[in-house]
Amino acid sequence: MAFLLSFAALVPLNNLGHYVQWHFLEISVANLMVIVLMIITFVVALLAPFPGRRRRKENR
Amino acid sequence: MSTSEIDRQWTTRLRRRVEGKLPPEKLLPDTQPTYVSSWIYVFGIATMCSLGVVIGTGCILALRGPQWWHGSDYGHFINSMHLWSVEIFFFCMVIHLWGKFAMAAWRGGRALTWMTGVVTFLVSIGAGFTGYVSQSNFDSQWISTQAKDGINSTGAGAYFNVLNMGQMLMWHIVLLPLGAIVLTGMHVLMVRIKGVVPPFEEEAETEVAQ
Repeated sequence: MAFLLSFAALVPLNNLGHYVQWHFLEISVANLMVIVLMIITFVVALLAPFPGRRRRKENR
Repeated sequence: MSTSEIDRQWTTRLRRRVEGKLPPEKLLPDTQPTYVSSWIYVFGIATMCSLGVVIGTGCILALRGPQWWHGSDYGHFINSMHLWSVEIFFFCMVIHLWGKFAMAAWRGGRALTWMTGVVTFLVSIGAGFTGYVSQSNFDSQWISTQAKDGINSTGAGAYFNVLNMGQMLMWHIVLLPLGAIVLTGMHVLMVRIKGVVPPFEEEAETEVAQ
């Protein structure tokens, strides 16, 4: 339980949120991080080799 | 009963149509084409798995009620699981959407597959928003009072009142999940009927061969 609580303390959620503003666009840092993570995951999903793909191609 | 009479029965006609469109080997195939072995194809099933966790944790929350999910450790845990499975659901769904958009997955008569996916996405957003206003805490009060002006400006507020907790909860736990589950089922059946969309080069090779 103490181990989990130390994780909870890493991200204090009782403070005001942080926002990024660019002209008329405003987005919370948390939402921006999710979007960046999605883009990274998308690129990795396209480029990372899938287990067994080469074997299947050879058997084709 | 004569054979022609049996042939005319709606049950017979429906069964034959379903058997023709979706034989058992197509419904539960043993193999998939080589191009399916890519991580980008994993996000569709990951979305469905997280939908399963969303529904499961939602059922537990419905069984125990708001006092439990706000006031006990186990309630907080299930409540958090419900939230984070929704986060993963949308995360995977958007990557699935990007991947399929880049593949132009509506090719080869797959328009209905694409559209059922689009409508599922929209219904899920509605389920997410009604979830925000169904939390029964200050957060949901704040969100619903902010949302009401936007909804009222469209004229829909007379039928869809975000300040009506009972109505929002019913949309969130009955109508929208039902829509999401039925549409997901239709989407998967369409994928089974039409097959996974081939890459552009694969389709071009098939056309040349024909």
